[in-house]
Amino acid sequence: MSPEPFLGDVEHSPVRHHILSVLVENKAGVLARVAGLFARRGFNIYSLAVAPAESHERFSRITIVVDAETAPLEQVFGQLHKLVNVVDISDIAPDDAVERELLLATIATDVDNRTSLLDVIGAANASIIDVDAHHVTVMLAATPEGCDALERALEAHPGVELHRTGRVAVPRLGVPTHEPARSR
Amino acid sequence: MEITGAQALIKSLEREGVEVVFGLPGGAILPVYDPILDSPIRHILVRHEQGAGHMAEGYALATGRPGVAMVTSGPGATNIVTPIANAHMDSTPLVVVTGQVARAAIGTDAFQECDITGITMGITKHNFLVSSPHEIPRAVAAAFHIATTGRPGPVLVDLPKDVAQSRMEWWYPEGLEELDLPGYRPLVGLDEAELERAAALLATSERPVLYVGGGVLKARAHEQLRAFAERTRIPVVTTLMARGAFPDSHELALGMPGMHGTYAAVTALQRADLLLAVGTRFDDRVTGRVSAFAPGAKVIHVDIDAAEINKIRRVEVALRADAAGALGALEEMGAAPANLDVWWKEIRTWQESYPLTYDPPVEAGPLRPQHVIESIHAASPEGTVVAAGVGQHQMWASQFWRFEEPGTWINSGGAGTMGFGVPAAIGAKVGRPERTVWCIDGDGCFQMTAQELTTARAEGIPIKVAILNNAYLGMVRQWQEMFYEERYSEVYLDADLPDYVKWAEAMGCVGLRARTPAEMRVAIEEANAINDVPVVVDFRTDTSEKVFPMVAAGASNDDIMVHPSQRGRA
Ligand SMILES: Cc1ncc(C[n+]2csc(CCOP(=O)(O)OP(=O)(O)O)c2C)c(N)n1
Ligand SMILES: [Mg+2]
Repeated sequence: MSPEPFLGDVEHSPVRHHILSVLVENKAGVLARVAGLFARRGFNIYSLAVAPAESHERFSRITIVVDAETAPLEQVFGQLHKLVNVVDISDIAPDDAVERELLLATIATDVDNRTSLLDVIGAANASIIDVDAHHVTVMLAATPEGCDALERALEAHPGVELHRTGRVAVPRLGVPTHEPARSR
Repeated sequence: MEITGAQALIKSLEREGVEVVFGLPGGAILPVYDPILDSPIRHILVRHEQGAGHMAEGYALATGRPGVAMVTSGPGATNIVTPIANAHMDSTPLVVVTGQVARAAIGTDAFQECDITGITMGITKHNFLVSSPHEIPRAVAAAFHIATTGRPGPVLVDLPKDVAQSRMEWWYPEGLEELDLPGYRPLVGLDEAELERAAALLATSERPVLYVGGGVLKARAHEQLRAFAERTRIPVVTTLMARGAFPDSHELALGMPGMHGTYAAVTALQRADLLLAVGTRFDDRVTGRVSAFAPGAKVIHVDIDAAEINKIRRVEVALRADAAGALGALEEMGAAPANLDVWWKEIRTWQESYPLTYDPPVEAGPLRPQHVIESIHAASPEGTVVAAGVGQHQMWASQFWRFEEPGTWINSGGAGTMGFGVPAAIGAKVGRPERTVWCIDGDGCFQMTAQELTTARAEGIPIKVAILNNAYLGMVRQWQEMFYEERYSEVYLDADLPDYVKWAEAMGCVGLRARTPAEMRVAIEEANAINDVPVVVDFRTDTSEKVFPMVAAGASNDDIMVHPSQRGRA
């Protein structure tokens, strides 16, 4: 799902961001409810990733990176908790999180750029997962900053088509997740 | 027992104790209208679906029980969107059943299809699209549970036609487990430490105010409020949504705060050192400019909706709890400020200098709208229920009626929905038929939903409507006069068009007209004597009357404008 309608005017990897891991019931329209709430309340989403959670049938996990400038965290929590399909929310401060993101990019190749491209791919620790005579597709699973760096490096190459998933995160081991102002 | 989905829906409503449904049928909901014929549930056939929604709201506000409305898909559903939004803003428990096109047709732009769960996502507490007949009982039971617990609100159940037509084995959820709502946990316990901090703040306060909102009525906490206020002697202000939560005749009552609040209520909040805010949400119509609101006050905020806490105003103590529970706990602890004599002395001078007032009535007319309201109040039985539209007349009704008990003030607060009054009064009368019900309406508002008087006549619901006919969209006119240099733009309505008496008569009601105080007294007496059919009285009021006190939008509450006759007073 594209986060277009509520994607705010935020920098890549904003400093003042928070990561919310939201466990929701796996029901029709739940993503629209969450996205609609953010749009309605003027909370900016930097990225959003959604997939089935541990117990696949009943729940999904939505990982939302919110711009903490536009959204007092207590408000985001309180309003999210009011959605009947939201089962649990945990907030992971960026410093306490292990964050990863997946980047896929297809790049047009020719004799002139092949060497420099291989250097970029090697330096980023990305892997080549598909090739044909004129293209190469690379993959990187890394921190958002790592993905940013590869994206910038690839910008120099014409004919790049690049996709990023938005980050997912888990708490760093040994750090308790904290949950301000539970609404229920 | 095997029955149809439609039968299951009606049976589920019966299981929830529903006595009345307000609605209007159409294609997609047709199957459900058949078993209604065999049900003890009363159905009231409205003339417009907006009427059904506001009637359900009026019923809920007057009785405290959830209101139920039922409409068809597409335009039937969109016609009830305004009442749903209104109930959402005012936390009114509502269950709205909409017909939907058959499951296979959803998403094909079928005849009278509309995505009503999508449309109402942001204005319902929750909504359901029922996907199989087996799910009907669960959806209905969950809808009532969600609508009536925690912070109440509207819940919509969208029922595809083929689901209503299919057969199911009857069952009904027993207990909360079977509702399958793992994310819905509305009950909050009281935090002992926060209670202790609240008691400590109260103990050191010298100028406390009980800032009471609609949550006190929703929680039926008026008795706890009264006991707490009487023991502590803390002055009480009741917001537009809380009128009736505390008796206006009580010596501790300061009346309504906010944009058109009493001078004493507004000023007490401004000068307070502590606000005990209960079931209230610091609405901009109460706070004025937020940064200038109650600048010297610490805040103890009691609310069942945790998202309201720290939303507008940072608080010192948060009690995420039901108003009755929180007030009861504070009462048990004996939490109280010391002596408030100095504070009360100050408040009494404000009350004496700036009581609510209006210019004396003129024998030749036109009528003073405030005088009409006071006269209706004086001539009507105790416990009369009052509904209002939205505009000047609504503010005057809130100011000049005396509310003594819960459920007697039926009003559209958060949304300010013109046209709310007539249908809401009808719903209130259905819920409390033993009470006299007056609707104080504006001429503009009346024209938005007056057709429901036909419903009232047909169904034998004898409400009384007072049109304060000032020939204008008066509240807008007031703003244009005061803030747009008297440049009146699109606010004139004409007192004689339509002819309200003839219109009332055409709808089977009694129509009366009064232009002078003498005619007014006769008309009120006549209206109060009629108990078999609805009555409409066209009161011709003074166009130039304005609502005072007033705090201009966005201004500080310190800059309250009192009635012209009081200006220059100390
Ligand atoms: C549905 C709707 N449309 C517009 C408004 C804006 N509005 C607020 S008060 C008002 C005038 C109401 O006129 P009337 O019913 O005659 O009441 P009065 O103020 O004259 O007492 C208007 C247009 C509104 N609140 N609701
Ligand atoms: Mg008017």
